Parts: sequence; C-alpha cells; structure tokens
Amino acid sequence: MKFSLIVHASPFSAQTSSTAYRYAKCLLEEGHQIFRIFYYGDGVLVANQQIAPPQDETNLLSSWQSLAKTHNLDLVVCIAAAVKRGVLDDNEAQRYDKENANLALGFELSGLGQLAEAIAVSDRVITFGN
Amino acid sequence: MLNGLSSGDAVLLIEDAVYSALEAHQSIFKALSPDDIQLSALEADIQARGLEDKLSPRFSSVNDQGFVKLSCEHDKIVSWY
Amino acid sequence: MIDKKSILIINQSAPYGSSKARESLDVALTCSIFEMPVSLLFIGDGLYQLINNQSPDALSMKKHEAMLSALPMYDIENIYITEEDLESIGLTENDLAIPVTLIQRDAIASLIQQNDSVLTF
Repeated sequence: MKFSLIVHASPFSAQTSSTAYRYAKCLLEEGHQIFRIFYYGDGVLVANQQIAPPQDETNLLSSWQSLAKTHNLDLVVCIAAAVKRGVLDDNEAQRYDKENANLALGFELSGLGQLAEAIAVSDRVITFGN
Repeated sequence: MLNGLSSGDAVLLIEDAVYSALEAHQSIFKALSPDDIQLSALEADIQARGLEDKLSPRFSSVNDQGFVKLSCEHDKIVSWY
Repeated sequence: MIDKKSILIINQSAPYGSSKARESLDVALTCSIFEMPVSLLFIGDGLYQLINNQSPDALSMKKHEAMLSALPMYDIENIYITEEDLESIGLTENDLAIPVTLIQRDAIASLIQQNDSVLTF
C-alpha cells in the first residue's frame, strides 16, 4: 500500500517525531511503499544538519537520513515553515543573505503543494503531531 | 474524538494516550460497544510507561506491525492529539 | 495528475496562542488551489477561531478572521461547527465571523466517513 506521512511535531519536545520514524521504518519492513514524508510546523526542525544531540540520546536526524538513503525516500520539508525557523537550503540562504545553508542531506525544501499531492496520490495519509 | 467514531472503527492509543487504557479511566469509553469499536494501545508505549499489567481488559496490546496492519485495514486514519 | 480527493480538516486549536490555526488554513487553501474539495470542521477550542471582532493589532499578528473571510474566494464553503460546542461556550451564530453550517455532534462521524482524507490541527 502507498503511504504518506505528515510530521508536525518538534523532534526535541515531543515523542511524536520518533514515533513517526518507528512507524515509517515498520511500514517499509512490512513491504509497504512510502510516497512522501512531509515535515510541517515544528516538524521541520529535524532537518537542520547542525543538530547535535548528546551521545546518550537518539539522533533522529541521522535515523531519518539512513532510512531515506536505504529506501530512497522523498523527505520534503515545508519551505515556509523551515525558512522562518532558520532551516535553509543554498537557494534560500542566498535569497535571505544568510552565510550558511543548513538543510540536512536527504531532505528538500518545497511548498505545501507537495503535501496536497501526497494526499491526492496516497492510499493512506497519517499525521504525527497536530 | 469519540464523536468521530463509526461502527467498525478501531481506536489505537499511542504515546501518553496509553494512560487512558488504565481501568480507572474506562468511563471515557463506556459509550462504545466492544462489538462495534476495537480498542487497543501501542505495546512500546505501554511497556515504556510500566503499564503492561495494569491495562483494562477492554484494550489489547498492539505492536508496531499491528499499528501498520490497523492502518491498512481501515480506509482512513484520523490522528487526534 | 492529482485526483480530486476530498479532504476534511478538523480544527481543534484556538487562534493566536499557537500557530496551528494558521498552519491549518494554509493547508486548506493549498488543497483547494489543487482543486481538492475541502471541508472544515471547528470543534472544541477550534471554535474560538470563528469569533467575530478579532483585533490582534497590539499582538502584531495577522487577523485570523480576515483569513477566514477569504475562504469563499477559494471555494471553501463547507464549514461546520456543532451546536453542542457553540452552546457550551455560551455563544450564538451572531458571535461568529463567517457563516457556518451547524451540525449535531453525532454527525461528526458521518462527516469523517464522507471524506477521503482527514487532517487534524
């Protein structure tokens, strides 16, 4: 079955981002397809490559990255939500005259249209966080 | 949340919602007939919170694979936070 | 190409205190631009989004009410609240910024059933 996931929750202050990861991993293990994962609201914070969690905590960013790499996942970060939270790719860094881009490898910035498309083409859409 | 339920739906409690599966909170679910609505809670969240032997018998424990299976069995998923 | 999948957005968050209400409307408008039929249900604290005479000037925030009044321009006209919720906050339809369809609380289930996809904010 074709799934899309929407992740709203911050990776730092709620369990939800980690639940989403576990769910995505299990979906793939069970042989399902993930059309897209769309990060929205504080969910976009996980795509900041500068995240440096303490050693005894799970690094959700690298978990998502390795899952994406293995399964060629489409990880889309809402551009409006990301830019205002300081998560920028090269284009946006240039546009807003910021020194560095910090969007983590494996993620891309795009608009809400990508969410609409994911809803339209997926058999199931599941939201993590509100 | 419970107003959104139709016969044949399933409710899965995850994260902190699993505390609602304690016997003391069962009045929340009393309007739901066990024949119509399947109630379950996510195993990893139950175990993490020390609730394994404290759940109401109305609830079954569902692992991550079970979560995925429920998502497939029902044609839409509504997340209530 | 994009199918015309219908979407129900359930709003449970009050405006201003969090960004949920804004985020929800942005999704609603986008889905509508993509020609997906959008219905909105405001329940619980979400009902506060609809109160009229909002004046957030002192907060330096955008007026939520103004965004709501743009909904008809995006062909979003299915806007539901429950009679029970309205009564429980002691307000009437005259206190609301936009026209809504009043439903009974037990009609929420069929609203969910009628739509292909449901999002909550």
